[in-house]
Amino acid sequence: MEFFHVKRDIPFMSYGKITTAISLATFLLAVFFLVHKGLNLGVEFTGGTVVEMQYSQSVDLNSVRTKVDSLKYGDAQVQALGNTRDVMVRIPNIKGKTSAQLSNDVLNTLKQDRPDVQIRKVEFIGPSVGDELVSHGLTALTLVCVGIMAYLAIRFEWRFAVSAIIANMHDVVIILGFFAFFQWEFSLTVLAAVLAVLGYSVNESVVVFDRIRENFRKPNMRGKGVPEIIDNAITATMSRTIITHGSTEVMVLSMLIFGGPALHGFASALTIGILFGIYSSVLVASPLLLMFGVTRDNMIKPVKVKQEAVV
Amino acid sequence: MNRYPVWKYLLIIVTVVVAVLYTLPNLFGESPAVQISSARATVKVDAALQDRVTALATKAGFTPEAVLSDANSVKLRFKDTETQLKVKDAIQSALGDDYSVALNLVPQTPAWLVAIGAKPMSLGLDLRGGVHFLLEVDMDAAVSKSLDKTAGDVRRELRDKEIRYGKIDRLRDSVVVQLRDAQTVDDTTNALRKALPNMALTEAKDPNNYSVTLTFTPASLLQLKNDAVKQNITTLHNRVNELGVAEPVIQQQGEGRIVVELPGVQDTAKAKDILGRTATLEVRLVDDDQSHLQQALAGNVPDGTVLMTERGRNGQPSPILVKKDVELTGDSINDAQPGFDDHSQPAVSISLDSTGANIFRQLTHDNVNKRMAMILVEKGKGEVVTAPVIRSEIGGGRVQISGAMTVADANDTALLLRAGSLAAPMNIVEERTVGPSLGKENIQKGFESTMYGFLAIAVFMVIYYRVFGVSSAIALSANLMFLLALLSMLGVTLTLPGIAAIALTLGMAIDSNVLINERVREELRNGMSPHMSIQNGYAHAFATILDSNVTTLIAGLALLIFGSGAVRGFAWVHCFGIITSMYSAVFVSRGLINLFYGYRRRLSTLAV
Repeated sequence: MEFFHVKRDIPFMSYGKITTAISLATFLLAVFFLVHKGLNLGVEFTGGTVVEMQYSQSVDLNSVRTKVDSLKYGDAQVQALGNTRDVMVRIPNIKGKTSAQLSNDVLNTLKQDRPDVQIRKVEFIGPSVGDELVSHGLTALTLVCVGIMAYLAIRFEWRFAVSAIIANMHDVVIILGFFAFFQWEFSLTVLAAVLAVLGYSVNESVVVFDRIRENFRKPNMRGKGVPEIIDNAITATMSRTIITHGSTEVMVLSMLIFGGPALHGFASALTIGILFGIYSSVLVASPLLLMFGVTRDNMIKPVKVKQEAVV
Repeated sequence: MNRYPVWKYLLIIVTVVVAVLYTLPNLFGESPAVQISSARATVKVDAALQDRVTALATKAGFTPEAVLSDANSVKLRFKDTETQLKVKDAIQSALGDDYSVALNLVPQTPAWLVAIGAKPMSLGLDLRGGVHFLLEVDMDAAVSKSLDKTAGDVRRELRDKEIRYGKIDRLRDSVVVQLRDAQTVDDTTNALRKALPNMALTEAKDPNNYSVTLTFTPASLLQLKNDAVKQNITTLHNRVNELGVAEPVIQQQGEGRIVVELPGVQDTAKAKDILGRTATLEVRLVDDDQSHLQQALAGNVPDGTVLMTERGRNGQPSPILVKKDVELTGDSINDAQPGFDDHSQPAVSISLDSTGANIFRQLTHDNVNKRMAMILVEKGKGEVVTAPVIRSEIGGGRVQISGAMTVADANDTALLLRAGSLAAPMNIVEERTVGPSLGKENIQKGFESTMYGFLAIAVFMVIYYRVFGVSSAIALSANLMFLLALLSMLGVTLTLPGIAAIALTLGMAIDSNVLINERVREELRNGMSPHMSIQNGYAHAFATILDSNVTTLIAGLALLIFGSGAVRGFAWVHCFGIITSMYSAVFVSRGLINLFYGYRRRLSTLAV
């Protein structure tokens, strides 16, 4: 059985201008939302207290909100967690109050109305820890980029390294853009997912690059121009691209559907990351490669040197 | 062509068998147990204790299903929680305070698996419920406290050596001793250099200013900070033991942070109360001059004294003026027990170590008919528990403090003092509580989502790639087993992000197989013979697999190095998963294909 066997190469590169324009537009849109709305940073980053509670029967969120507001804890947030029984309350750090006091206050106040409420999870993060996490997160991100670029530059060539990293940052920024637009909570697990996407998406570009390099070295490709070579590489790996992404996406969707609220943010970030990962490896990284002016000579130079040495 | 030498097949078989064996313990589940561990450093857990508690349980009418012991604890396994609770009560009452008895869950791993060192993965707090604290040691307070003590030491030393000194000032990061002339400056330096070798001394011999300034050397400051963290960890251990928690984790993290994890703890308020209390005892002299007290109450506290409150017998706190100099601290306390004094009032009996006993004898000798205050310092605030008049010199190091306290107060005070004092106060900078039902739900959901995803992928592979798909699916299962076995063997703690990483790794692992299978198809399409297609398919795909996995591994390693908590849990599994998936996709699946096709001479088609 074969679903994705294409006989003739699809001229992806001739669409290069359109696809680059589209990705530039989505990218700018993501940046706009990031700047305009900002990320809804989780308690790990901002500090504060999060109390997750469960009622034995469904509860009116507004009544909970009024109750929590009556405590006068500044900018407290009340959210439903996927259903009408699970409620999350977020309270900023308050001087002189420990999280135990805060969570107990919240629980006791809510119990006045509805005694069937139970605490499921309490998280308290001090302000200093959050700052540290942000700096560690950024360091990790930078390190991943540098490491990947170095590896690609050694295994391939600098043009490949630069294109791959731009394409991947594009994916990362778009994921972040989604989180900013929908104001989904950006937690530590989401950060892990974003960094995993970075690895995953490079993986994707590498498969295509690998084929491009191989094509440059193939004797029967000698007469072809660079765009044709890239088109051929993308077309040849397309079947694999779709199947691999499909299976990873199945796994991630399974997490999204069956994993419950705890895995929700993680799975959402990956879902978006994988979808854009396909797109960017094919339609962002490769046109960039073309734009940077990759030629056959870039790739077969080492072979020539070897031959000369032998002669 | 396409035949592995025998040793390669053997290697595959051996690795798979080992993986199965080490994955197995995860399937047996856990049963309730009673865990007995030592509550004090002096009380050891040994074979005698094991026999004793087994006998106690049997005497109570419940024979344990298994008895397990390690360096720090003995665990008795029972079949249900009811038995567990009864046995716990029986053992607790028989053993008393020297041991902490806790409820625990113990894996039901069969003995033959335990014998080869196979054990299930330990579950993180998000999967089993419990409390997680991240505490930060207040280093400034540790330094400040140490300087206070230094000032006291200086005073005592100079008094002993009969050197006349003026004011002793405790500044922000130094102690300054005012002296009369150049001769006393030299004498002081000589005396202090011997008594306080870890301080840097600076002399001033200006006619207007004869003084010696004591500061910490950089090395001793570092030492001080390290010691503060270490002492706090020890103290926390003692306090956690009082709670009777099974398998607590208390570890240093970074320079001045301590992680405390208490699995299965429900009463978080109580846990926090015990951990957070930074109580220590201080003995100081009382300034009984009424005019000074009036002055202080008017808001003008005289130099060298502090206004505090004293617990009154009628529950009314009264003001009391005490000297700033700390004569004796909780560091010198060997033991503290609740009890009753001569008037049948609740009291705490304290026994001091030899240094403490000496200081206390000297103090009582020098200050007969004066009052001394016993101050309990909690969270930086001092409260005078009692301030008795010294009738005569007290030697021998046995001190009793009584005051306005209830039996419960006396118990609490004794517990806190016994558990040792903290070198420096700590703040909770991070706290997580996960309910046990949520933990169970997290495991179940994580497991289910992985299983459904896995099944979907396996079914698709089999249908789409037929024989090659079957081999891919088997390789993927092998990969899952390798990964679980590796995690179990290395004792990695499984967390929810870890489960997510397992799922993601499986999803990504199939990439290598897809690459191979697609390559094989392509080779066939290009007119290669089936055997050549297998050979070339695997060979060509390998370069790609290597490149793509190395880049993913780079990302994983960065996460591992810079991540913390949840991210690191994810990163461990992710990195291991990349390694096992390369082995299973390239080596195991090739083995299967070789076994299936490699021994056929005439091979006209491949089922791919």
